[in-house]
Amino acid sequence: MANLKYFTNGLLKENPTFVLVLGTCPTLAVTTAATNGIGMGAATTFVLVCSNLIISLLKNLIPDKVRIAAFIVVIATFVTIVDLVMKAYTPDLYKALGIFIPLIVVNCIILGRAEAFAQKNRVWHSVLDGLGMGIGFTLAITLLASIREILGNGSIFNFRLMSENASTILIFILPPGAFVTYGLLIAIVNKLKAKLSF
Amino acid sequence: MEYILIIISAVLVNNVVLAQFLGICPFLGVSNKISTSIGMGLAVIFVMALANLVTYLVQNYVLVPLHIEFMQTITFIFVIAFLVQVVEIILKKMAPPLYQALGIYLPLITTNCAVLGIALLAVQKDYNLIMSVVYAASIAVGFTLALILMAGIREQLSLTDTPKGMQGFPLSLITAGLLSLAFMGFSGIVK
Repeated sequence: MANLKYFTNGLLKENPTFVLVLGTCPTLAVTTAATNGIGMGAATTFVLVCSNLIISLLKNLIPDKVRIAAFIVVIATFVTIVDLVMKAYTPDLYKALGIFIPLIVVNCIILGRAEAFAQKNRVWHSVLDGLGMGIGFTLAITLLASIREILGNGSIFNFRLMSENASTILIFILPPGAFVTYGLLIAIVNKLKAKLSF
Repeated sequence: MEYILIIISAVLVNNVVLAQFLGICPFLGVSNKISTSIGMGLAVIFVMALANLVTYLVQNYVLVPLHIEFMQTITFIFVIAFLVQVVEIILKKMAPPLYQALGIYLPLITTNCAVLGIALLAVQKDYNLIMSVVYAASIAVGFTLALILMAGIREQLSLTDTPKGMQGFPLSLITAGLLSLAFMGFSGIVK
């Protein structure tokens, strides 16, 4: 049970999206539909768990001076795997996420966790940390994507909530809507944090 | 004419930060003061143009002939990281004043996802060498423009009294949203 805190850390207390505000580019760019949010979250979680696992296993072998370069090789390898797998099995999602799949390499959440957690902690704890952070990221961007899809398109997970010709607030699926919704969500989280003091 | 269209499209219509969501981290991180955002912007213009020049050569003379295009991501990120290091060392030796001005921003650029993103996009768009470099430079000019505008607004905002929960990131993001709304006015000039 003591290990559970490594997992829940990423869900609430250090949520990468709302509290640490890392990985903002994919957060804003792919959240036009809830399915994209889940897809991006799953891809990032996979890379995060695998890279945390490998880096934690290799932590005593990697010389300190070249560690960032070594981390990037590990991360880029898993990103290439994800890229090829998604291209083969989920071509629609691959098209929707586009350039942001290879860009998982430069997602600061992944390099940040490698540097701040995996290179100093035990293998099992690093895997749990990666999983917690990944799921925290997935939930957060899916929430953001759901809000934008409902308001901007009148649907959720491609399921229509309103009739075809009902007028929706189109601005929410355009770029300005991403910035404003994300900003307001962080403000709400800040407010809740001050109230509940977690 | 083609080049003019690329430049207008990259700087205004498809602004890298406000329409394509690349390079948000430095956009939010370094936009506190106008002076620092000019420094960051110049460093990005320089590195981005150079990175596209080199990645174009790597793509067309190494990856494609060897049929290892799937190695693109891993090669490009290495080329960019290496390039930033080399630029830093050369500037330190050859042009100390320039190094003084840009030095602290250079290491930050490796983590700027716009550099890798634009290198990948230029390959996807099938640009030739000159077009690719022009494209990268104008994208970087668009980044600088957005950064300086944002810094100007934030310098004013820092003097105002805002609710506690809205301070910091929420306010910056909403400001960016309004800027992005303003930039949408350019859509339709070039497709």
